[in-house]
Amino acid sequence: MNLNRIRTIIDKEWEEVFKNKMVIITVAIMPVVFTLLPLGMIYGISAGTPAGDIGTADVPLEMLRACGDITGLECMQRYLINQFLLLFMMMPLIIPSAIAAYSIVGEKTTRSLEPLLATPITTTELLTGKALAAAVPAIAITIACFAIFVLLLPVAGATPGLVRYVLEPLWLVAILVVGPLMAIASVNMAVIVSSRVNDPRVAEQVTAVLVVPVLGLMFGQIAGLFILNMRLMMITVLAIAAVDVILIRTGARLFRRETILTRWK
Amino acid sequence: MIRTENLSKIFTQGKNDPAITAVDQLTLSVEEGEVFGFLGPNGAGKTTTVRMLCSLIAPTSGSAWIGKYQVGKDDQEIRRTVGILTETPGMYERLSAEKNLSIFARLYECRDVPGQVEKYLRMLGLWERRHDPVGSFSKGMRQKLAIARALLHEPRVLFLDEPTSGLDPEASRLVREFIEQLKESGVTIFICTHNLDEADRLCSRVGIFKTRLVAVDRPENLRKNLFGRKIVFHLKTLDPKWKDLVCSLPFVNDAQAAGNRLVVSLDDPEENNAAIIRVLMDAGAHLQFVGEMRHSLEDIYLSIIHGGSPS
Repeated sequence: MNLNRIRTIIDKEWEEVFKNKMVIITVAIMPVVFTLLPLGMIYGISAGTPAGDIGTADVPLEMLRACGDITGLECMQRYLINQFLLLFMMMPLIIPSAIAAYSIVGEKTTRSLEPLLATPITTTELLTGKALAAAVPAIAITIACFAIFVLLLPVAGATPGLVRYVLEPLWLVAILVVGPLMAIASVNMAVIVSSRVNDPRVAEQVTAVLVVPVLGLMFGQIAGLFILNMRLMMITVLAIAAVDVILIRTGARLFRRETILTRWK
Repeated sequence: MIRTENLSKIFTQGKNDPAITAVDQLTLSVEEGEVFGFLGPNGAGKTTTVRMLCSLIAPTSGSAWIGKYQVGKDDQEIRRTVGILTETPGMYERLSAEKNLSIFARLYECRDVPGQVEKYLRMLGLWERRHDPVGSFSKGMRQKLAIARALLHEPRVLFLDEPTSGLDPEASRLVREFIEQLKESGVTIFICTHNLDEADRLCSRVGIFKTRLVAVDRPENLRKNLFGRKIVFHLKTLDPKWKDLVCSLPFVNDAQAAGNRLVVSLDDPEENNAAIIRVLMDAGAHLQFVGEMRHSLEDIYLSIIHGGSPS
């Protein structure tokens, strides 16, 4: 693998894709909303409310058990914040799908892949370059948003216990392990979908099907079916890693010179 | 420089779909520094052939070499050795011309990326527009930029797939003039084209291809083999007896009267024209002028593609 060629592809992708307004909207607006929304909610339930006055009637039993002897306010905050943890897991899914879809479908529609494939670059280098160009910003933005979120939590009225809670291994695994795995899944899904469609918006939307399992986790938790704990998180990690392997193999099979030039429609 | 032996490509689609033979047993040789025209109708397999020769797709059977490198075995080296102008230029529309070229110069690992980019932008008259996004370029400018991209790494073999397709006459002429300049520099050029006039002007040899190679030779040899050489004698008036008189000459293959013109078929007009003129003048003919009847490459192409074959 020639790292210079991979870097050239990444530079090219960033220069081109980030000149696209649709990509900028996805990459810039969604993280801002996903970061400010939970802070606003925390502020909403904390502002002017004494800790003891918060009722926990809406908190599922599973969560109440997990809360133990902490105050009602903190338990409610944890319950809320757990839902938003899933939003942070969605970020590395949605951002790369937008970048990769516009990058690959864009090359398809402008027919710029053939001259690119005629250079000495290997398809592995090309796919790696494209994958990194899509995944790295997503992972970086997710981590940056999480850092901003943690820093602003006290300002929004979070208890010190809640700040400690979001820095526990459960959250760190979600951000630092699940996030990158999600990004890999998203990029490869975008490659697979992009090989079949000619509209980046369609590619982006079909790739977004990966969000469904995350939404399943979110609604399952809201409905009180389960609480996101370390055991469930490790199962999620293994499941996404398995999905990644399948998607990488399928994506790599589709991303071959001959397949791109003769089968991609 | 380019050599193929029984090169074939068969595309198989789904299990129930019939296989499609795009290229069938192509055996061809193009010498170093030669400009070779690869002519054929749409869907003849020209682009598939170029893709195989550029190691973009693998042959189903047969072999091909670019210099000493074999397709399928030395693919990376082949991609370093050849430059390709694809049928559609395929540029990064939002990036500047300079940026487009520098990406490719980096991928080809050119030693002096800015230097090479500047050299070809200047050579093709795009230097002043180097900072403009390619999306704002005319079709001709894009085509020139695509040619520059194909040349950045100084390839020894250049494949041009329809280099003037869709260009206006002025842009076409610019591209043709540039190809002629390249010809001088000794680059081996393989041109796929529908523009037969262009092939006639630029190519030392042409191959007429329709899944199989139907004919390959110098355009003038193809002309001679298909149509022979014909000299037209324009006369003030034509006496029918003069036709028989000319036909009786031993070196004349045939003579036909058409209006005031006498069309004479013969093998060596340079040698025998004078004798014909003398015979006609002695018979009292008023000769206005003499010229060779030129068959265009289009006549040759259509004749071969529609069932004829060169002798």
